[in-house]
Amino acid sequence: MKSRSNPWFVLALCAIGLVWVGPYLWMLSTSFKSLDELVRAPAYPLPSALRFAAYREALSAVPVWRYMLNTVVMAAAIALSQIALALPAGYALGKLRFRGRGATMALVLACLVVPAQVTFVPVFTMLGPLGLVNTMTALVLPFAVSAFGTFLVRQAMLAIPDELIEAARLDGASEFTIVYRVLGPLVTPTLSALCLFSFVYHYNDYFWPLMMTTDDSVRTLPLAVALLREQGTGVRWHVVMAGNVLMSLPVLALFAVAQRRILRAVTARALA
Amino acid sequence: MASSGLSPSRAFHPFVLLAPTVLVLATFFVVPVGLAAYQSLFAWDLLTEPSFVGLANYRALMLTGELARVAGRTLAYSAVVVTVASSFGLALALALNREGKLVAFVRGAIFSAYVVSWVSVALLWLWLLDGQAGLVSRALPALGLRPCDWLGDPSIVLFTLACVTVWKIAGYAMVVFLAGLQDVPRSHYEAAALDGATRLQTFTRIVWPALRPTAAFVGTTSLIASFQAFDVVRVMTQGGPVRSSTIFVYAIYEEVFMNLRVGRASALVVVFFVLLLLLTGVQLKAWRTLAQGRVAT
Repeated sequence: MKSRSNPWFVLALCAIGLVWVGPYLWMLSTSFKSLDELVRAPAYPLPSALRFAAYREALSAVPVWRYMLNTVVMAAAIALSQIALALPAGYALGKLRFRGRGATMALVLACLVVPAQVTFVPVFTMLGPLGLVNTMTALVLPFAVSAFGTFLVRQAMLAIPDELIEAARLDGASEFTIVYRVLGPLVTPTLSALCLFSFVYHYNDYFWPLMMTTDDSVRTLPLAVALLREQGTGVRWHVVMAGNVLMSLPVLALFAVAQRRILRAVTARALA
Repeated sequence: MASSGLSPSRAFHPFVLLAPTVLVLATFFVVPVGLAAYQSLFAWDLLTEPSFVGLANYRALMLTGELARVAGRTLAYSAVVVTVASSFGLALALALNREGKLVAFVRGAIFSAYVVSWVSVALLWLWLLDGQAGLVSRALPALGLRPCDWLGDPSIVLFTLACVTVWKIAGYAMVVFLAGLQDVPRSHYEAAALDGATRLQTFTRIVWPALRPTAAFVGTTSLIASFQAFDVVRVMTQGGPVRSSTIFVYAIYEEVFMNLRVGRASALVVVFFVLLLLLTGVQLKAWRTLAQGRVAT
């Protein structure tokens, strides 16, 4: 449409953009400031020098790298496990004929309605006696299967012709080979969308790790950064914002690189 | 449909293929719902033995007015989030549904807030709204406005939290509306232009009818999502001041991990789950309209 060149439209665009970009820029600028600059009035938008003191302080206040590693390991384990298990399940539900298929499908769909906000209390009491609270297992296992992912893969499987699977069987392929070697590559767009969505979701997740852990050895980055603010007296916002930059930069970078795929994952969720 | 598909080469194959999925889903989704219902009938502090109390937990939630207060706050917060996020999302989608580098950048910027974590966004706004040194509190006097105590005033704290939530999720609504707009056939716009329709007429006669199913979808999805809000409360207000921002999930969290009342918390979980089921019923209806809308266009 041709109103692109309209200066009022461009001005309005910049104003809207600033509402969303502005806070990020403020976060970045704050993280390079000193404590004096934070409280100085009037506030200057830019730090007087590029200081990394807040980052050093954030890194020494909490073991950020340790938490970062925990977070990435957890999110990657969940994303990979969801794909590895959604493939065979989606294949069975979408392509095979057997008794109990309808019931299994109903189970998968029913689980879509049950969020972690409902299950955390009973799951906490289940895992406690088993000694699983404060373990990586408590963070990964409940999400090892994604009901939504299973549903998505099943939908993708429906579009694959039966003849392809029959041909593979005639060639003597085992079911394992058919699922992972033949069908897996054919549904790659679905799998990569699921993987990306799931990784980012669990990398960002604050709720579940907060409920299931109390121990530094398995706690994740969002908890650590939130803790930066709770620690000590007098909030040192430059340190908190430095931690916030460290946490959100990887996600923003991933978004910049894979924007189209992330959008596809999100709209797939909306329009499935 | 039920009889479609290949017959498995061995009868047990489907069960092996599905075993891990069924096992995990049953253990972490189905069993917990039953367990919550069961535990809601007990008084239990996690340390001593649970004792059976029947429906006393539910009765206490009702009689103390706690349930009504928590539900009321959650509804107030959700109402603001749903209406503002949906209408913002729609307005943004209509304004940004065009080509151009700047437009694409602004779209990306708005949506990026949806991709970043709740903790990030909550901390960021906590700092922006900080009473002494926050950017908002400093900018408002410069514009001749009086800053208010965004997070310290019990009468506006829920509204503040809702606004932060809108900032985060408006991009999601926008993206879904943009996808919906792609379904409006070009020929309809052209026909409207030929008939000399104004912009407003084009919107009310052509765009809105086509978008109504999408709007129903966005509305119900953000309603369910906002019902499950927790992070923003935990990070920004811890339910305060004086419990004025204690909404559902935070109330459950408080009962278990601060008051150590598992039974009471489980009763809240059960009520919360029933409410979610009701909302999902509404959503399914919207989904069906969406499906019909798709067939129609």
